[in-house]
Amino acid sequence: MNIESLMTDVCGPLVLLAPTVLFAILGGLTLTGRPLPEKLINRMCISAGSLGFVASLLMLGLMLAGHSRHVAIEFGEWIHLPNFHLNVKFVFDRLSVPLAILSFLLCSTIGSFATRYLHREPGYQRFFVLLSLFMAGMVIASVAGTVETLFTGWEFVGLSSALLVAFFQERPAPARNAFRVWVVYRISDAALLLAAVALHHLTGEGDFDRALGGGPWPEGVTPLSAYNSLIVGSLLLFAAAGKSALVPFSGWLPRAMEGPTPSSAVFYGALSVHLGAFLLLRVSPLLDQSLILCVLVTALGLATSVYAYLAGAVQTDIKSALSFASLSQVGLIVAEIGVGFRYLALIHLLGHACLRTLQFLRAPSLLADFNSLENAIGQRLPSVDRGRWLSTRAYRFALARGFLDALLLRLVVTPFVQTFRWCDRQERRWAAWLAGPGAESRSKPEEWS
Amino acid sequence: MTASEIPWVELAISLPLIGAVVTGRIRDPRRAFQAGVAFTGLTLALSIAAMIVFFTGTPYYSLQERLLGSAMFRLDELNAPLLPLVALLHFLTCVATPRSKMRRFSVGWSLTSESIRLAIFACQYPPLLLALLVLCVLPPVMELRNRREPVRAYAIHMALFVVLLIGGGAGLQLSGKGAFAGWASAAMMLAILLRCGMAPTHTWLIDWLERASFGNAILFVTPLTGMYAAVRLVLPVAPDWVLNTIGLASLVTTVYAAGMALIQNDARRFFAYFFLSQASIVLIGLELHTPAALAGSLSMWISSSLSLTGFGLTLRALEARIGRVDLTRFHGLYRRTPSLAIAFMITGLACVGFPGTLGFVAAELIVDGAVVADPVVGLGVVLATALNGMAVVRVYLLLFTGADEPSTLSLIMGPRERFAILTVLALVIGGGLYPMPGVASRDRVARTILAERAVTVPGAAVPAAGH
Repeated sequence: MNIESLMTDVCGPLVLLAPTVLFAILGGLTLTGRPLPEKLINRMCISAGSLGFVASLLMLGLMLAGHSRHVAIEFGEWIHLPNFHLNVKFVFDRLSVPLAILSFLLCSTIGSFATRYLHREPGYQRFFVLLSLFMAGMVIASVAGTVETLFTGWEFVGLSSALLVAFFQERPAPARNAFRVWVVYRISDAALLLAAVALHHLTGEGDFDRALGGGPWPEGVTPLSAYNSLIVGSLLLFAAAGKSALVPFSGWLPRAMEGPTPSSAVFYGALSVHLGAFLLLRVSPLLDQSLILCVLVTALGLATSVYAYLAGAVQTDIKSALSFASLSQVGLIVAEIGVGFRYLALIHLLGHACLRTLQFLRAPSLLADFNSLENAIGQRLPSVDRGRWLSTRAYRFALARGFLDALLLRLVVTPFVQTFRWCDRQERRWAAWLAGPGAESRSKPEEWS
Repeated sequence: MTASEIPWVELAISLPLIGAVVTGRIRDPRRAFQAGVAFTGLTLALSIAAMIVFFTGTPYYSLQERLLGSAMFRLDELNAPLLPLVALLHFLTCVATPRSKMRRFSVGWSLTSESIRLAIFACQYPPLLLALLVLCVLPPVMELRNRREPVRAYAIHMALFVVLLIGGGAGLQLSGKGAFAGWASAAMMLAILLRCGMAPTHTWLIDWLERASFGNAILFVTPLTGMYAAVRLVLPVAPDWVLNTIGLASLVTTVYAAGMALIQNDARRFFAYFFLSQASIVLIGLELHTPAALAGSLSMWISSSLSLTGFGLTLRALEARIGRVDLTRFHGLYRRTPSLAIAFMITGLACVGFPGTLGFVAAELIVDGAVVADPVVGLGVVLATALNGMAVVRVYLLLFTGADEPSTLSLIMGPRERFAILTVLALVIGGGLYPMPGVASRDRVARTILAERAVTVPGAAVPAAGH
């Protein structure tokens, strides 16, 4: 067996199969109503994560040994119609392999951490089902070789994120926040789907090698014109903005902290929040083609960074402060992508993800340590003047998180809900009139929750 | 006797009628229900056999040809998988009927409706198809009357449907391609729009789904009978402007209904609007009349029917446990029925074309076709699916999260419900992972329909051979 076949027949499939099989087993058993012991779940999760980690490391080693910068694994044409093709293709290159390694490493670490953190929690199995779905989604999105495959991973990540925000489901607040997160994700998904279809239409297929040029990342040259690159790139930027909580969608990030700390760490500190930046890195040949797109990306990144810095400066709880700190760095990474520092952005992304995971996981015990310290010295620790240096107006702006949520609520959500509620009332009247006297609707219009 | 000597299609259509007579004579609801399950199961087996005989190319025996000289009920590539689909929906709905609903779910009427529906989906003779479509509107009247619910809204809409259908059908038959053909097509188009519940004529559909027993309500709408009528009666002969009007009405309906589904506070009404939005997307493919979009539309038809039935069955199972489900508060049901929660989520997301499910490829095909034909249509479809996805998760969160109400009552799914819902899930996920055979078959159908249309309608586009 030579290096080539070892990469395409063993390592590549293992990277993909490890998280997918784990999700299929855990999800299938949960669906059929079979509770599993905590130890078994943990062992399965760690084993799958480790297997994927080793396979992706081996892939990296083999690529370095074979001086290969681009390994494509094709599983054939999933759909083959005379004028429509969907390929299942995965690509291992300088961008996808580090992110796949990072995904396995962090998901396994979080799985191990959560074993103790969520011990005897009623939703223990549910957490691991969603974590395995997330791991599968991250790995699929990382190594996707076509825009449709990337979309699949993207959706898996979105669904698992939203459901984990609602993990503590006895309280209504996590559910409400999960819904908000999901709404933003759906809008971002819609943009990605449109971008996928546009790319498919313009290049004949959704294959990145064809749409973004055949060279190894990031040296590909897209065959799309500057105008088409701008259109597709803008849709992708919109999708990335939703997923990575860039301005104006940043409001969901602190809300997502309702989930358990391990999921906050891996989703909003490390992986999920960087997926938008990863998408921009993956389609960087489009950026090279359009200066306007580069300016847009840079401006959005910088605006997000400044916004997150200001909002983070006045946060009073550790998870919110960390989430804004994370967002501030994501903004910088996006700006780096915009100005063309692709490798710097990738290294920044990897380093930031590891550091932020550590900070998130340390957060609960840090609070306990502070309490012990205060008990030991018999007085409060000196308080930090959070954001006192800001002017009153800037302080209010930061405290209200830039009024972004209020703005979206007033400009989009409220008119939408009011319009459709008015339609609902009119429809009920019309139905009552049609049904004749004495006939009442089986349900009453009430407040929207 | 070999398989080719058995009149499978005729048997599949007539067996439910025999079942209706037999179960009508059984007084005990439980025994009637058991007989109903047996008859629907046998019908499913017969329709699957008919499909296998068709796809294997075995020459099959037609009782009609022998008796009448021509076969009015027969299979082609379009309806060969639809017949088992309709039979499966009836079988699963019957199987999943909880004990508490056995008295309310009329097995006799359900079997009668199944027979009519199978006859519609097997019929290729337009005048008979018109008659069957008219006949199909009658069982719901009996259902509403039996439940002492007002019939007027339904009756007004269906009376209009029948008038337009017969008028349009007669006009098309008599005038051929003459001066009245346009008017006849328009009448037929309005009939189809009415039957499919396109806005603003959707009031009857919401009313029906709100007032009928959930099982019968699902069965009446989810096979998308109106779509079959559109493909058989309108698509081959209608001028482009008729299809464009259907497409426009469907586009408006899909976005409007998706928005309405998102703000509903009652699970039945939510399901009604959600169904309407998804069903409208299927019709949009007709307007685009390109092979990819039409293949997507036909694929979406099967995936939507299956997923929406599964979704409806999970809601029905919930209704059987906690009564009418209101969406103004959190119910916290996950802890007591986790399997139902997962099934709800998967079937709901399958309806909106979530990756890994049967609807994904169909949605991709429709959106691709729509973007190519008209970006506004593509945008509308994507917007509607995004809103529907939001609506599914909103309802999931309202039903399954929140404080758990202490109760000694077990809400775990029974074995029959589990079987029905797991069957739907297996098909939805299995079809999602291996979609090629189904999609290729729908693509062939789409090309055949468009080729026929190119012959009958002057100026209609001829499907390209591909590249």
